[in-house]
Amino acid sequence: MKLLVTFSKKGGKQPLIAQTVKDTGVLINVERAFIDSNEGEVLISIPDKDTKIICDAMKKAGARVKKMEDSVIRDESECVNCGACISVCPQDVLSFDETWTLCVDGSKCVLCGKCVDACPHQALSLLP
Amino acid sequence: MEKTIELINTRIRDGNARAVRADQMPDIVDELGVEGALREVDVVTTGTFGAMCSSGAFFNFGHSDPPIRMEKVWMNEVEAYAGIAAVDAYLGATQKSETRGISYGGAHVLEDLVAGNSVRLRAQSKGTDCYPRKTLDIDLNLEDMNQATMVNPRNSYQSYVAASNTTDRTLYTYMGTLLPNAGNVSYSGAGCLSPIPNDPGLRIIGSGVPIFLCGAEGMIIGEGTQTSPGNGFANLMTTGNMNDMSTDFLRAATFKGYNSTLYVGLGVPIPVLDEDVVRRTAVRDEDLKTTIADYGVPSRDRPTLREVTYAELKSGHVEMDGEEVKTSSLSSYKKALEVADELKAWVESGKMELALPTRRMDTKKTPRPMRDRARAPQVRDIMNTSLVTISEDEDIQTAAKRLLRGETNHLPVLDDTNRLVGIVTTFDISKAVASNGKGDTVRDIMTKRVIYTSPAEAVDVATHKLERNNISALPVVDENGKLVGILSAINLSKLFERGWKQ
Repeated sequence: MKLLVTFSKKGGKQPLIAQTVKDTGVLINVERAFIDSNEGEVLISIPDKDTKIICDAMKKAGARVKKMEDSVIRDESECVNCGACISVCPQDVLSFDETWTLCVDGSKCVLCGKCVDACPHQALSLLP
Repeated sequence: MEKTIELINTRIRDGNARAVRADQMPDIVDELGVEGALREVDVVTTGTFGAMCSSGAFFNFGHSDPPIRMEKVWMNEVEAYAGIAAVDAYLGATQKSETRGISYGGAHVLEDLVAGNSVRLRAQSKGTDCYPRKTLDIDLNLEDMNQATMVNPRNSYQSYVAASNTTDRTLYTYMGTLLPNAGNVSYSGAGCLSPIPNDPGLRIIGSGVPIFLCGAEGMIIGEGTQTSPGNGFANLMTTGNMNDMSTDFLRAATFKGYNSTLYVGLGVPIPVLDEDVVRRTAVRDEDLKTTIADYGVPSRDRPTLREVTYAELKSGHVEMDGEEVKTSSLSSYKKALEVADELKAWVESGKMELALPTRRMDTKKTPRPMRDRARAPQVRDIMNTSLVTISEDEDIQTAAKRLLRGETNHLPVLDDTNRLVGIVTTFDISKAVASNGKGDTVRDIMTKRVIYTSPAEAVDVATHKLERNNISALPVVDENGKLVGILSAINLSKLFERGWKQ
């Protein structure tokens, strides 16, 4: 399971991720992080079974948590199933099924946006 | 046994013709044998759906009152070529909008028209005795025009070179996004389903042959521009009536960092006349080879990274230098199958009869490169060869003095073996002084990752490097790794003051 964790840094420099790992014993993999002076946004990956524990711990520490399940939005009226997006994705989110139809597995997405740029038909976007 | 085109057309008219999609033909031939397949199958349908930049349409807008001879024409602010007749214009798919850039191009105007939307037609003229009107600004849709005839000067390529990129930055090309360090491979074409691979000798495919073009019944005009059947890259010039087209098979697209283009669905029905046609249409993706070229080299002759079959490309990954690299198709195989299925339905329902070429194409032809008498300027023509350099062990003050004395802003740094190991600029020195002496030697303050050029590199390519990296000079290093000059923005001005002459 991937979670997008957003937190404010106004309350001081809390070691949010490290504290959560220590308290819960769950191993967190940080996939992407954007942190500036006021705010932080971290995309983490955790075992599915630990989703609730992590969500609760993060929320208790004052962070907002969003489950990332359908991160890539595909506009079916624009998509022609060419597959230009498939090879630029670092996470194997995009693939063809046996009928050469594009399949999107948003749960693997790390929001890098490469597929959005690569789509010649402007059919892909990321979850706002 | 042989079948005549008349026999096949009679079967089509009677609703008895059997059509088969090209990708299914190999298995049929394996099962029934060549003779059996010839007896059973009357038509093989092919299809492809991909980016065909060389697309556009001729329009006749009808005469206004008072009449105008349109000298300049814009359709939704995309300029069309009007140097034809009074109210005719050709709109190319890759022409970009004057207000919206490449996100809306000629291709998008074509899609809008086929979708039934109206388009703003703007025209200018100087006004003449016979055509007094000077300006025009109206909305028109497809039905308002006398003709909207698609003409694609070159499309439906036999096969296409696949692309990868060995440089360390992402490239945005007409072959899509190419990741650095050969991170992906992109290709185009439907392989064994594409029209020409099913008739590589161009026996059945030629002028006058009816085709499926974007949902309309179109026609092959003849050989496409730059066609190259001599080395397996033949293409076709095609035409069709836009009024009969559908957005199911015609889609505008924009390749980021490159341009707008049109996705065209095209299929050729191949009459199964004899055993030769059967053998040719039994082609498999495993038999169709192309190459993967390095688009990291900005030259006409891009180096080949490896040979590859369409079967490998379609599998989703290919091996390059011992690593598995993902492939992407720019053309849609799903749509190509839809084209071939639609064409099969046309033939079996009696909607489309077939014809043999009225004129054959030259199968040996290959295109020539441009006969470019004026060699493009190279770095060696304008670089500065009086070098001022420094070694990495010298102190910053020495570097500063040398910059002043040499009246330059860039000091290439050499090691004991005279190899380029860095560059120091006046900016680096200012920064070192301002930060109160963090480090004392050139080595401490120099930029180690030097972006450089070579004497034979085209000035256009070197200029692109300067712009992209936001720098103002490039050391020039020859093939032996020796520093032979420096190219700065000042040298570039030589091209303007003298005018470039060989």
